[in-house]
Amino acid sequence: MSGPQLGLAISVFLACAVEAVEALTIVLAVGITRSWRWALTGVAVATLALAVIVAALGPALDAIPIDTLRVIVGALLLVFGLQWLRKAVLRAAGLKAQRDEAKAFAAETDAARTAAVATTDFDGYAFTIAFKGVLLEGLEVAFIVLTFGANQHDIGLAAIAAAVAIAVVVAAGIAVRAPLARVPENAMKFAVGVMLTSFGVFWGAEGAGANWPGGDAALLVIVPGVLLVGLGLVQWLKRAAGAPAVGEPA
Amino acid sequence: MSWLVRAARAVWEFVVGDDPLTAVGVVVALGATAVIAGAGAPAWWVMPLAVVALLALSLRRAAR
Repeated sequence: MSGPQLGLAISVFLACAVEAVEALTIVLAVGITRSWRWALTGVAVATLALAVIVAALGPALDAIPIDTLRVIVGALLLVFGLQWLRKAVLRAAGLKAQRDEAKAFAAETDAARTAAVATTDFDGYAFTIAFKGVLLEGLEVAFIVLTFGANQHDIGLAAIAAAVAIAVVVAAGIAVRAPLARVPENAMKFAVGVMLTSFGVFWGAEGAGANWPGGDAALLVIVPGVLLVGLGLVQWLKRAAGAPAVGEPA
Repeated sequence: MSWLVRAARAVWEFVVGDDPLTAVGVVVALGATAVIAGAGAPAWWVMPLAVVALLALSLRRAAR
């Protein structure tokens, strides 16, 4: 497996795992409090919709010339990756609330309990909430699978990495029968932001006509470089906000 | 509002999010890379520099 392929697999796996953890919380909440049957039906329909999106757009992206594709994908990954990284840095600096699956589960459960009770066999609330949760969380993953996969001409590898991540999260969810509150979601989001931004820099510049010193090996400098910039910005924000820096007593 | 406008707005929200200045900065930096590379000069340094600047500026705006 080449460096970019490994980067593709890691990025898609992490992004998919994070989104799957969030979707699992929603599905568990409506499944436990409302109806497992209709919650799982919502999951199935949303998964089908996501598969159709990837299957329809994948071949279309594959038909675009590689340099054009790289500049488009580079720009999209950068815009998208910088959003992930910005939120991750703000969370790590204490300026944005950290995602807490236990709290999210409690809020979803409360909402499901107070929603109108189904008067027929069909529980529209359970179906809709599970469907929306999986579709919205899954769209980000579909976007990453398509952009990374098309650029590497390996949508299959991206889809496999996504499927493995979903399988791991679902298996963990079945094992603990509770939201996966111990998953280091915020650190994983930071890592995804770093990977999306790094590959966006690499492919965007290549697509625009630049040649990287060392070719693909430049990624071995870009990825740690973006990580260090992100960590440095966390410290900068903490100092600016007057919060104690990492390693100092709180 | 037609479904087309709603769809376009949803795509914009999904990709660009709440920081359009960063998106504009990315497009400008890619354009600068293309111009410099087209002139035959090394242009690989433009995007890393732009990303550091755009991220720092975006964080400064968000932290205010």
